[in-house]
Amino acid sequence: MTSKSKWLSAPYLLWSAVFIIIPLCMVFYYGLTDKTGAFTLDNIIAITTAGHAKSLRLALLLSLASTIVCFLLAYPLAMILANMKVKRHNFIILIFILPMWMNFLLRTLAWQTLLEKNGVINHVLSFFHLPALKIINTPAAIILGMVYNFLPFMILPLYNALAKIDTNVINAAHDLGANHFYTLTRIILPLSIPGIISGITMVFIPALTTFVISSLLGGGKLLLIGDVIEQEFTRMSNWHLGSGLSMVLMIFILINMILSSIFDKEGEGSML
Amino acid sequence: MKNKKNDQVKKTMCALLLLSMTAFCGCGSAEKGVNGQVIVYNWGEYIDPETIRMFEEEYGIKVIYDEFETNESMYPKVESGAVAYDIACPSDYMISRMIQNGMLSELDFSKMPNVKKNIGAQYFEQSKGFDPDNKYAVPYCWGTVGILYNKTMVEEPITRWEQLWDEKYADNILMQDSVRDAFMVAEKLNGNSMNTLDPEELEAAKDLLIEQKPLIQAYVVDQVRDKMIGAEAAIGVIYSGEAIYTQRENPDLVYVIPEEGTNVWIDSWVILKNAPNKENAEKFIDFMCREDIALMNFDYITYSTPNEAARALIEDEAVRNSEIAFPDLSLYDNLETYVYLGEEGDSLYNELWKEVKAY
Amino acid sequence: MKSVMKKIYIALIILFLYAPIGTLIVLSFNASKTRAKWGGFTFRWYVSLFQNEEILRALFNTLLIAFLSSFAATVIGTVACIAMMAMKRRTKSILMGITNIPMLNADIVTGISLMLLYISLGIRFGIGTILLSHITFNIPYVILSVMPRVRQLNISTYEAALDLGASHVNAFFKVVFPDLLPGILSGFLMAFTMSLDDFIITHFTKGVGVDTLSTKIYTEIKKGIKPEMYALSALIFITVLTLLVLINLSPTDKNKKRSE
Repeated sequence: MTSKSKWLSAPYLLWSAVFIIIPLCMVFYYGLTDKTGAFTLDNIIAITTAGHAKSLRLALLLSLASTIVCFLLAYPLAMILANMKVKRHNFIILIFILPMWMNFLLRTLAWQTLLEKNGVINHVLSFFHLPALKIINTPAAIILGMVYNFLPFMILPLYNALAKIDTNVINAAHDLGANHFYTLTRIILPLSIPGIISGITMVFIPALTTFVISSLLGGGKLLLIGDVIEQEFTRMSNWHLGSGLSMVLMIFILINMILSSIFDKEGEGSML
Repeated sequence: MKNKKNDQVKKTMCALLLLSMTAFCGCGSAEKGVNGQVIVYNWGEYIDPETIRMFEEEYGIKVIYDEFETNESMYPKVESGAVAYDIACPSDYMISRMIQNGMLSELDFSKMPNVKKNIGAQYFEQSKGFDPDNKYAVPYCWGTVGILYNKTMVEEPITRWEQLWDEKYADNILMQDSVRDAFMVAEKLNGNSMNTLDPEELEAAKDLLIEQKPLIQAYVVDQVRDKMIGAEAAIGVIYSGEAIYTQRENPDLVYVIPEEGTNVWIDSWVILKNAPNKENAEKFIDFMCREDIALMNFDYITYSTPNEAARALIEDEAVRNSEIAFPDLSLYDNLETYVYLGEEGDSLYNELWKEVKAY
Repeated sequence: MKSVMKKIYIALIILFLYAPIGTLIVLSFNASKTRAKWGGFTFRWYVSLFQNEEILRALFNTLLIAFLSSFAATVIGTVACIAMMAMKRRTKSILMGITNIPMLNADIVTGISLMLLYISLGIRFGIGTILLSHITFNIPYVILSVMPRVRQLNISTYEAALDLGASHVNAFFKVVFPDLLPGILSGFLMAFTMSLDDFIITHFTKGVGVDTLSTKIYTEIKKGIKPEMYALSALIFITVLTLLVLINLSPTDKNKKRSE
């Protein structure tokens, strides 16, 4: 088996060497040099300037908040779905993936139409004589946008992990006198940890690096680190600084990976 | 037996990999017209597609048309040489950057008779800000940056940038989310040049923008159009090209060029240094300057045309003499055009803008 | 009572996920070109959609790229998963780490670095370069969804098949493959979805004149998004939804359930 695995993995090894490692090396090269090509750490130290540090803090805060909201929304849902024992695994997955088939930009613009001062939701609220919803251009709107866009990434791994739990185990716990709360915290939660870990990763990391959401729903008044990096590349043409800052972000990605390998002994969570 | 199987699978894998790596690389769009082709790189939705079809028919030249969304996303693609474009349509300051970096080719106006015949001389004069000898750029669209306001939502007419700092309009102001346009407003209000590199003037502009931030509803780029039509805000900073369209959708909107002066921007056709089809590129630019074609494009995109002959053909008198589409530039003495500030100047502006945005 | 609560909860989440989509469908019937104003009901955009060659070509490109890239990624990713099964734990975790990079890296970084890579390799920009890039960022999604299935595999059934005289290929397709299929399918689906939605990487790696729906939509921002795009999105959505419902109601399923 071992000798065989060598050539079986060859295509992917070659592929990741050419298309992942080389591009990554280029990021490191740009991040560690200045415009003249000389070695410098300035692009990385730049994260400590007031503006950058603040945008990083804000991004961490908002992505953490949206990860928590995603988890709290998705876990009960995944439990309900897993208990429904639907045979059609792929049908459930599709229901939650389908919204993503609409273009990301169009969907986010649609949220703008819904949330605006004169937007759809406020029209409905005023029809019922309810107070208007004022969350457009606030951090709350950004969190809403993040939760909306990344919720499927939380639901699917959780659903997958929970569906795999043998009902006999849960029944046994009940037979042995465990109440619902005890079963949940001592049996179901620990067994679904791989799903929780991969769900958190799949929500937290994209939320940390996102940029369009904050400018469309946050009114551009809140600068996230993803916005800074994106603008260094697309508007300000400073690839060196952009690369240096994304290297800083990679540290958080690394931390996340180490944490998941500690909690997820199996090595990797189940995405779907 | 086992080895043989291994070999088979190995071969299959290699074949698959090779297939995926190479097979698809050859299928670019290479079909040419009778007289070759021309590769054009323009803003999205910035031309009437019908005019391209007419050009192809008349000249037998195949037009390969590509679109970009910002000057800055266009620049690295052209610079990298990923695709050998013939023509691009960047804005003023980006053209001066491309000139400085030797990316443009000098134009031979004798091969493009429509250019000098139809394009108003004052636009070439204005272009000297970024193309000092008028050697590289043929103006295609131009406009001003001004204030669009909803007359039902303000107490008095808006005429000055200063009013964007009026606390009355807190949470009712839309500001441009781009570094040069935002700083332009503050610098004009301070009575300085919008191309200034003076640290003190820049610091003052930054403080002014930070002071304004609590009053801003949102920093937006293209969203200002829809938000103003939907009466989300009372006042917005907008490009004049959008003004006609927004007024058509919402008659309460009024566009003004602020008294403190503003930016006159010009998007121009340029031919790139390494253009493979230079002659066809000249024919294309000349065709775009023909009055009937320029008129079609004006009708389609509603951005002001520098083509005087085309303007004379506009049937609707209100549009032809519109103050918004065709303001008399000689009435203003404080109009400027953006100039490329060099890499250091750019990063200075960027740092200050980030301080404003993150404040 | 409890089950009613559960249904309400599911309904609320689905409402949350589909509210913007409903908005887009409504906008596709809006006679006014701006999303900010309701100008009356019209079918005009659906008519002009089918007369707009550029949008249709972009649609074709999008589907072609999404299908080919997710197919290639599925093949490469699945094979890699099987290969990783036999690896040492450490090698495996390093490889999984590498796998995560394109998913976690900012798109713009991936896009620009791939562009530079193609230039230095002298590959001509066209549909081919878009495909290569999409395969690259699709593989991780395939691996992440196939991997759990691979871990649950029982190697002894495979060996038993070999002992009973099946060839390696035969044993793989008869014994291993069916077990992996759900993972492979959801990986394919995820890859397809990611490919449909990508803009930035496509922008930097596309050839001239080759457009996908995403690149068209993003370049339209400057002049406002064409209502035809809303119409197209609505059509895609309705088509997929109808397919889904049809498949779910297919009679084979009922037979299966009965036999269980």
